[in-house]
Amino acid sequence: MGCVHEETFRAMRQSIIDGAPEAAATLAQKSFVLGIAPLEAIDQGFVPGMNDVGEQFTLRTVFLPDMMAAAEAMKAAMNVLEPVLKQQGTERPCAGKVILGTAKGDIHEIGKTLVGTLLTAHGFQVHDLGVDVPSDHFAAAAADLAADIVGVSALLTTTMRGQKAVVEAIEHAGLRPRVKVIVGGAPVTRRWAEEIRADGYAKDAMRAVALVQGLMGSHSDTIRVS
Amino acid sequence: MATQSCADVKPSTTTVRPDLKLLDLSLTERIVAEAFELLINPGVKVATPRAIELLAGAGTRVENGIAHIPESLARCALESVPREFFLYDRAGAAVVHYGGEKVHFDPGSSCLNILDPDTLQPRPAQSGDLVRLVQLTEMLPQFAAQSTAFVCNDVPQEIGDFYRLFLVLLYANKPVITGAFSAPTLQAMLDLLAADAGGGEALKRRPRAVFDVCPSPPLNWSEFAAENLLQLGHAGVPAQMVSMPLAGATAPVTLAGSVVQHAAECISGITIHQLASPGAPIVWGGAPAIFDMSAGCAPMGAIETVMLNMACTQVGKYLGLPTHGYLVATDSKLVDAQAGLESGISAVLGALAGINMISGAGMLDSLACHSLEKLVIDAEAISYAQRLVRGVEAGQETLAASAFAQIGLSGEFLRLKETRALFRSEQYFPSSVIQRGSEARADGQPLCDTFSRARTRVQEVLTSYKRPAMSLEREKSLLEIARREGARVGLQHLPGV
Ligand code: B12
Repeated sequence: MGCVHEETFRAMRQSIIDGAPEAAATLAQKSFVLGIAPLEAIDQGFVPGMNDVGEQFTLRTVFLPDMMAAAEAMKAAMNVLEPVLKQQGTERPCAGKVILGTAKGDIHEIGKTLVGTLLTAHGFQVHDLGVDVPSDHFAAAAADLAADIVGVSALLTTTMRGQKAVVEAIEHAGLRPRVKVIVGGAPVTRRWAEEIRADGYAKDAMRAVALVQGLMGSHSDTIRVS
Repeated sequence: MATQSCADVKPSTTTVRPDLKLLDLSLTERIVAEAFELLINPGVKVATPRAIELLAGAGTRVENGIAHIPESLARCALESVPREFFLYDRAGAAVVHYGGEKVHFDPGSSCLNILDPDTLQPRPAQSGDLVRLVQLTEMLPQFAAQSTAFVCNDVPQEIGDFYRLFLVLLYANKPVITGAFSAPTLQAMLDLLAADAGGGEALKRRPRAVFDVCPSPPLNWSEFAAENLLQLGHAGVPAQMVSMPLAGATAPVTLAGSVVQHAAECISGITIHQLASPGAPIVWGGAPAIFDMSAGCAPMGAIETVMLNMACTQVGKYLGLPTHGYLVATDSKLVDAQAGLESGISAVLGALAGINMISGAGMLDSLACHSLEKLVIDAEAISYAQRLVRGVEAGQETLAASAFAQIGLSGEFLRLKETRALFRSEQYFPSSVIQRGSEARADGQPLCDTFSRARTRVQEVLTSYKRPAMSLEREKSLLEIARREGARVGLQHLPGV
């Protein structure tokens, strides 16, 4: 590997930075012809592009729509590469499975969606249950999808209690401590998170990524934020 | 007639009310036309069976919870909305005039936190904080109405929305901008207002409060919001739609596109509301904002946010409706220069746009935090704005000539009768929050900034507060309802009373 494919890896990285799904998919196809292993294409081509976008976002030189486009491009590349990975019996090392939703009675969705976007961009598999989600739905989804982490958003002081209900539902379902519960939203504080015995709290989406990475115990080798 | 002499020109005494429009007529018409298009396609999500029944019964195609509202039906609803209405204070005076070019201000609503002036940190608000904010607002003439400004942390959250209205009614005479967070508490809040007014009919005749109701962007009347509209229409208590397209995130990125969405959300709300209660008062309102693509937030102090509020208001006025907007707020976390400039600019522009009710004063941190100090500073910005829209007034006789006829070139304007007679109406006299002149420089005393002057002013105003008169009987019934609601959720005593 290395030098021979340097040029292709650079183009892959660039296709993510450009947020160009067609280019990313074409390059993923091309990797088969060139004999680049799918995992190599992911780790050395596409993921570095995503990391780059993540870094630029924290530096405020890349903006949310750019980030969304990069995530789209990443998805396009993965759609080409993943079936082949499966055929070969190699699984892509997934950074973790996260279930997200807004607490029962609450319809604020922007913060939760943003957290989901950034988690996806950092290699996590995210299942978004939407807004106004009853606590037992969180628990059922966590069991069905074998999730690692459940994230509950609440923007109203009245719906914060829904976060506590999710912690309890996950407990009753016997999923704790394997499944971690994290919470966030404007009225939520670290103290509240401690009070309801949640496993984590983050103030914003970038910190949510760091939190989830920390909880997964892996600043996974392939995916890292600065 | 180019040769007409100056003497022939009739003296003009008419005053221009300064205003500022962002849309010309053809763009306004395009916005409204596209809003009607959106109501058909993609249509509007409506989650309340009762509202769906009403819409379907009036000829709306409803599929999978999405109502495709025909223009003819929506236009009919727009026709039956009152062009104007009043809010009354407890003493019965019509102090808020929704409609036309009237401009009023009230503090922002439903804050989570208060900025502690000692630590400069936000902390969760308590009942005592709300009481102090209400007392301050009661004493500041810039605010025509109170708002239920905090959700108090020392009150069980199940009745958080109810309890803040209770405290406002207990300590204020002014009308109230409020809102409910759930259907059962809305009923309890209406009970409270009826008790305050001396019965449900009296409340209908002389409403003291207006209730904010939020559609969810884009184009979605959630079960709770639509139910709210129906309940308020039934009670005859004014509803105020707070449509909040966030340009680029929950609405089209262009300002014009977001104004279209705001219009479609308001028109669909009006259609539901008027179908249930034709002729019931409802306000074309909102808190439209852009979405900051870097910070990932809704910046309430951004200039584009102000432009959205102005443009949305203009569309409402074009349709002849009472209007509302969310301004005089900032995204700064402190009461600093950013807070001053964002709040001041938007107070002025909102007044120039002729928005009937401008909510938001006192607020920091994108509507998450209140500050009493900011409220007294914002009051000054509001006075500046109010002075501005009064415009340049012209005297009956001459403008300057008679003054000169009296004193010639001596320059002795200060001793003129005219000066003494008119200076109070010509000039606005700011409170001690605003620093002018040289007094502060004298005696080598340390200079103090706006924030510390505001702290002093807050104390002064609070000291001057007197609780408005209320009959013992009314007070008793308010307390009874509060105890009843409190008992439901295990509240032993009533905090803030
Ligand atoms: C936009 C908005 C709305 C929109 C929501 C649109 C949508 N589709 O989501 C609309 C207009 C629908 C709305 C409705 C209402 N709202 Co509102 N809303 C807001 C506002 C201004 C901004 C919220 C937002 O989107 N921020 C931007 C995002 C990116 O930030 P964020 O949500 O905080 O998320 C970040 C972090 O918190 C964190 N995070 C969030 N979730 C999670 C989850 C996890 C697991 C983690 C780790 C992190 C995390 O990361 C995110 C990204 O950085 C806030 C004020 C504020 N500053 O918070 C009021 C606010 C939350 N709303 C409020 C109110 C009162 C209401 C209504 C009840 C009004 C009414 N009377 O009808 C209704 C609620 C209806 C309901 N049942 O839910 C109050 C809450 C008061 C209280 N004490 O609870 C606030 C504080 C404003 C105010 N002062 O009035 N609202």
